[in-house]
Amino acid sequence: MKTKVTMTINGVSYSHEVEPRMLLVHFIRELAGLTGTHVGCDTSQCGACTINLNGLAVKSCTLLAVQADGAQITTIEGLAKDGKLHPIQEAFWEKHGLQCGFCTPGMIMSAAQILQRNPNPSEAEIRHELEGNLCRCTGYHNIVKAIQYAAETMAKR
Amino acid sequence: MYPAQFDYHTPGTVKEALDLLGKYKDDAKLLAGGHSLLPAMKFRLARPAHLVDLRKVPGLAGIKEEGGSLVIGAMTTHWAVESSPLVKAKCPVLAQTAAQIGDPMVRNMGTIGGSLSHADPAADYPATIIALNAEMVVEGPKGKRTIKVDDFFKSLMTTAVGPDEILTEVRVPVCGANVGCAYMKFPHPASRFAVVGVAAALTVEGGKVSKASIGITGAGTKAVRAKGVEAALLGKALDAATIQAAAEKAPDGVDVQADLQGSVEYKTHLLKVFAKRAIEAAAKK
Repeated sequence: MKTKVTMTINGVSYSHEVEPRMLLVHFIRELAGLTGTHVGCDTSQCGACTINLNGLAVKSCTLLAVQADGAQITTIEGLAKDGKLHPIQEAFWEKHGLQCGFCTPGMIMSAAQILQRNPNPSEAEIRHELEGNLCRCTGYHNIVKAIQYAAETMAKR
Repeated sequence: MYPAQFDYHTPGTVKEALDLLGKYKDDAKLLAGGHSLLPAMKFRLARPAHLVDLRKVPGLAGIKEEGGSLVIGAMTTHWAVESSPLVKAKCPVLAQTAAQIGDPMVRNMGTIGGSLSHADPAADYPATIIALNAEMVVEGPKGKRTIKVDDFFKSLMTTAVGPDEILTEVRVPVCGANVGCAYMKFPHPASRFAVVGVAAALTVEGGKVSKASIGITGAGTKAVRAKGVEAALLGKALDAATIQAAAEKAPDGVDVQADLQGSVEYKTHLLKVFAKRAIEAAAKK
């Protein structure tokens, strides 16, 4: 039995009839066409599917689309404004916080929550808070530097 | 990975949810944050024909203080517990336990009621709520009843909550000024589940332990109270020899299970180590 689901993603309303078993990440990628959100491990460990749901960073492979009915969602595509990258995106560029880039959207969505909750985190705090995001290329070093750099630039604005 | 097909229900009240459980019985599963159930459904380890989502039932989330206890709604997320000024002030070990579950994204969705009902043998909360002597309030077709934590965990992933009942509240006694509490775990390096976890709540009066309450999770098929450790601490001063002797009792009564994380021998050793650390940390508070 299909269910009608309506949610706002990056300011745009999307409404579709879906099977209740459809995962939120597939709604975002396949029905909204926003493929910046990735499916990595598909078992709530790697964090590549991280999005912001009603103000909280969540793993969209571990939610049903029907659970997000009526929700406000921001994905990686919603961070840049007026053609200008978000300071965290800029910081990942500036500090080379990626290699292959697969984990990057999730890393940035997770970083946004880290800095929202703690605008001036220590290196240890950043590493601890990144527990839910796996990167198999960088060794995390430049990702941590990028988040520290973003904290600095965001404090100046 | 997609779960098997199911029908999705969003009741607006506890009564409506109970009616759905009564109608569909074993074919129905309750959905809270979904961070235990959905992974199980994606692996097809669980295939409920009816999923009853509690997210639209008002009043199931929230934390308040009432009659000397913290009353935590079943749908309260781990993040809400971890960041609650009330929990941090009245029962800091509960906030510290919540903060060690999974990762920040998991804690934004996972709920205390969902975690306790799922009764994963490697979950964190069970050790701490045993140490704190919490009570679970469940509602069923015949009304409300309260289950003491010592009667709550029955066996692997099985609790005293009946198939026609819903866990609605967790009541945790406020920690007194002379009570020291701590939760120490050895996390699985990838999943962060507790390979072993030990929670201790110690009341010290006149330099001696007047109450000792110790909960253990991770090592066996269910969370248990470490009665041997409690007995070894009672009436004693918390010196190094007493703590060591008490910690040696941690594996007593635990049905330690070997798995990919370690042998029975290894986990038995970890239990003693983490019991010692939890008692030491509680003794300092």
